[in-house]
Amino acid sequence: MSPRSARLADPAEAAPVFAALGDATRLALMGRLRTRQPHSIAQLAEGLPVTRQAVTKHLEVLSQAGLVRDFRQGRERLWQPETKRLDEARLYLDTISKRWDEALARLKAFVEN
Amino acid sequence: MSTDRIEKQVVLRAPRSRVWRALTDAQEFGAWFGVKLQGRFTAGARVQGQITYPGYEHVTLDITIERLDPERYLSWRWHPNAIDPGFDYSKEPTTLVEFHLEEVEAGTRLTVVESGFDGIPLARRARAFEANEGGWAEQLENIGRHVSA
Repeated sequence: MSPRSARLADPAEAAPVFAALGDATRLALMGRLRTRQPHSIAQLAEGLPVTRQAVTKHLEVLSQAGLVRDFRQGRERLWQPETKRLDEARLYLDTISKRWDEALARLKAFVEN
Repeated sequence: MSTDRIEKQVVLRAPRSRVWRALTDAQEFGAWFGVKLQGRFTAGARVQGQITYPGYEHVTLDITIERLDPERYLSWRWHPNAIDPGFDYSKEPTTLVEFHLEEVEAGTRLTVVESGFDGIPLARRARAFEANEGGWAEQLENIGRHVSA
């Protein structure tokens, strides 16, 4: 069973997402945003071998694919992952589904011994 | 795509009577599920106990048995993912967990269905994910797997 991949099963919908993620810098940025705390460009660019301007451009590509969004806080532009895109209801089920898999594996070992 | 239910199926190399005992004897259930249960699995009974599964020891399992049809069917209700001891789940809707047992050549086919998730407030479902720090990394991994498939 593969409920997770089914979420992006519609190729028309999935293509821009995969295209946006098909880049090492953008994948690194998504990794940095996974804590869901808003990040500034400076924080996101730290340690990456690219300029802040390049990071901004990458973030805009991710934003067009619906993976991140930005907002202003004072003079700063902050970025965070787009939660709607992540389909939280689905992820919630995935979490519980995984726990059932683990529990049933333990049941199997238990009754087959 | 349903966000309301989870269905799992597994074939166990054991007779139905054995599986039934593992599902409905509080001590046996506790052994594989990872919980120290008090009470008996009878219709309408509330069975509670402390989870012993590593990482969830602070959680109390609290299930209300609904129906038993010996060696065929068992159902209970609970609050799914109720792992935050500081949160009062009692006013939220429950989900229904059903076990179906069928005899097959290899032993017993067990189907587990948990349903009613759409009744759980979306905010709570989202919160459950935020608590799961690995969520994003996992998501990216899934995307990677999907792409390379």
